[in-house]
Amino acid sequence: MSSKRIVVIGGGPAGMQAALSLAAGGLKPVIVERAGELGGKLKEWHRLFPSMTEANEVLTRLTGEIAEAGVEVMLHTEVEGIALGEGGAHDGAPNGVVLAEGKKLPAGAVIVASGFDIFDARQKEEYGYHVYDNVFTTVDIERMLNGDKVALSDGTAPRRIAFVHCVGSRDEKVNQRHCSKVCCITAVKQAMELRERFPEAEIYSFYMDIRMFGPGYEELYQQAQQESHINFIRGRVSEASPTIDGRIQIKAEDTLVGRPLKMSVDMVVLAVGMKAAAGNEKLAASCDGLSLAPSGFLAPRDMFTGCVSSGAAGVFYAGTATAPKTIGECIAEGAMAAQRAAEYLKSGAKR
Amino acid sequence: MKRSSWKEYEKEIADDHYYYARSCIRQNFFPGSETTFLRIMREALGKDIYDDPRHTSCTGIGYHSDIVPLDTTMAVVARQFALMTEAGYENIAISCITSFGLYTEILETWHEFPETEARARENLFKATGREFRKPANIAHTSDIVFHNREVIAAQAVRKLVNAETGAPLNIVEHIGCHYAKIFPKSGIGGSEFPYVLAGMVEEWGGRVVDYPERRHCCGFGFRNYIVQANRGFSIANSRKKLESMAPYKPDMMVANCPGCAMFLDKWQYAIAEMENVTYGADGRGIPVLTYEEMAGLVLGYDPWDMGMQMHQVDTEQVLQKMGVRYDPAAKFLGRAGKFIGAPAAAAVNTFSGDRIYRIKT
Amino acid sequence: MGAVNFGYGISAARGMDLDRNDLGPAREIADEVPEFRACIACGGCTATCTAGNLTSFNFRMVHTLVRRGEYAGAYREMNKCMLCGKCRLVCPRGINTRGVVMQIKRKLGDY
Repeated sequence: MSSKRIVVIGGGPAGMQAALSLAAGGLKPVIVERAGELGGKLKEWHRLFPSMTEANEVLTRLTGEIAEAGVEVMLHTEVEGIALGEGGAHDGAPNGVVLAEGKKLPAGAVIVASGFDIFDARQKEEYGYHVYDNVFTTVDIERMLNGDKVALSDGTAPRRIAFVHCVGSRDEKVNQRHCSKVCCITAVKQAMELRERFPEAEIYSFYMDIRMFGPGYEELYQQAQQESHINFIRGRVSEASPTIDGRIQIKAEDTLVGRPLKMSVDMVVLAVGMKAAAGNEKLAASCDGLSLAPSGFLAPRDMFTGCVSSGAAGVFYAGTATAPKTIGECIAEGAMAAQRAAEYLKSGAKR
Repeated sequence: MKRSSWKEYEKEIADDHYYYARSCIRQNFFPGSETTFLRIMREALGKDIYDDPRHTSCTGIGYHSDIVPLDTTMAVVARQFALMTEAGYENIAISCITSFGLYTEILETWHEFPETEARARENLFKATGREFRKPANIAHTSDIVFHNREVIAAQAVRKLVNAETGAPLNIVEHIGCHYAKIFPKSGIGGSEFPYVLAGMVEEWGGRVVDYPERRHCCGFGFRNYIVQANRGFSIANSRKKLESMAPYKPDMMVANCPGCAMFLDKWQYAIAEMENVTYGADGRGIPVLTYEEMAGLVLGYDPWDMGMQMHQVDTEQVLQKMGVRYDPAAKFLGRAGKFIGAPAAAAVNTFSGDRIYRIKT
Repeated sequence: MGAVNFGYGISAARGMDLDRNDLGPAREIADEVPEFRACIACGGCTATCTAGNLTSFNFRMVHTLVRRGEYAGAYREMNKCMLCGKCRLVCPRGINTRGVVMQIKRKLGDY
């Protein structure tokens, strides 16, 4: 029986979709989720780019289907590592996962959908996150949008807002060389949402490159420029400091004219990147064949036909455990990982 | 501002038995500050510190001006370590920020590239026959004063407050670039929110001014002021800071770098003479103190004993605010009561209502 | 007045200060040519510019500066434009670049 069971580590969009696809194929998925409910970071999001769909709509659709399919869910449960030993699909193959206190959860295959961590903006000390009151992250803004309370710390409306791209991405200084991919479009989306709330505000966006890789993204960017009057300035903000009237002065180079620039703003929004999950290292160490990319994300077997496979038979990946991804990409990978896991079990060991 | 992040950048500072490495230029521009440091160490804190007449310049100015090659600089620094070793000390207390940065940089280089250490040892031995042990602890002297700020506060004769109103003095702190911008971990509070001087100011009752250009360089920059034609952008950097801090009406500045203290002080004179602009709230310049002078005033030392008559911007305004009793007539009297000469009047020290820097809004 | 000559001056700041720059005229220009706000500074206009290939005229640079409220010299620079319209043909955002030239000339003659 346990060989038909598949453990899905993580109950975010990728994990939920993986479980749904497995259940639809007649297999027995069990989602092991660290938090007290399903949804991952989607729970904290307000609207999704580029369609401005409510995050809750996607979330409830997935959780509703999970409930309907009767997928087994273990909440408040941490996974310590992949379990090895007898009873797997073949000798030496993973036979489940190890939970807290060495408890074992037997399974025929494992799908790792454990997600990412949000970059801690305090590490970019020069931006003064948690030092100055009105420096926020894009995560804070989603939360504020969700509560319908976007305002400065004193409750007033900002008159000038600056978004700072690439906070914790493309930055050797904080050991995050990779591009987090979704932050550009997130910042564009949020700038437009803030424009709706603050029609009179000046809104600036400081970027190094604007990476609009998805369908409708470039169009949204153009709309942000032309209709929402977001001023995009190409240059990385070097520092934030307090002004005498309680605002924040930022400095950057306007690289398109080759001159330094400074301005004071009421609100700074740091577009924080996706960081490899802290648990990746421990997970990779628990099983031969699992390895980390230099970025700290889990390394898939290859980036083309094996993007949801690991180097270990019976262990599959889905979602942001392997790299920054959009919700749509995570869900696609969830379905694909489920299919690969099912094939694996059917073929009785071969990958 | 929440200054809690400085605790992530604390470092080991030795408690006693220091070998003192003096600065070249401080002895000219703020000649009493190093004497005051030794007095604080010995009298107020009861520490053992060895002031070695044999040690020399670290070559920092020459090194940063591309005049002295790195190998030479390493050999000179190796010699200071040899003198320290011979004197039986292993904790080095460095008076100059650039020396501190240079010693730190060299120790780091030796660590990363051991062959450079071997070469420095060989060069030193060939040239002088000396050998050395690397210091067990390296600290800037402002680190040591910071380390003992509570002990000094306990002995305080007065605080950094306006004696009449009891209000804390508004104090601009300025950290030398070579203190923590080379290695953030080598400075208390790191490079973005350094706490070494802010900690003293807060401990002794003052209020730290956080102004937009707090992190900006004073403009010293070695080559930039050494060559006369380049001084325009050296002075422009000090002006940028002065314009940024003026709206906060600071009562004084305090710096931990020889060059910064000198330039923030003396460029005010130059700007006043060139453009007829001053930055103090009362139409005069803003006094610039060293942290030893600031500590000395707290401990009740006589300002003229500390060499405060050598400042370009008169310090009397701060002394009066703090309620320091001093003898105005003794300002320019030397050791044996002999008159040492007084400077000519300067625009930066003469009140003029129309000269105040107009705060642009 | 003092004005002592020490043999050096005080360098002027090169930085742009968006707290002091008057962004009003820039806004008016963009309101007249709304798609101007969608410029991505690709430089296509400058690459094809007849005047820019023979003189130091850099249309992309000047209109980017205008958008930051740096108007000094913009009017004079625009006089180098021959209004041939080639830039309008290459612009990937479909900006009426000739319109931008004319608006700069109309609104920024005093700077």
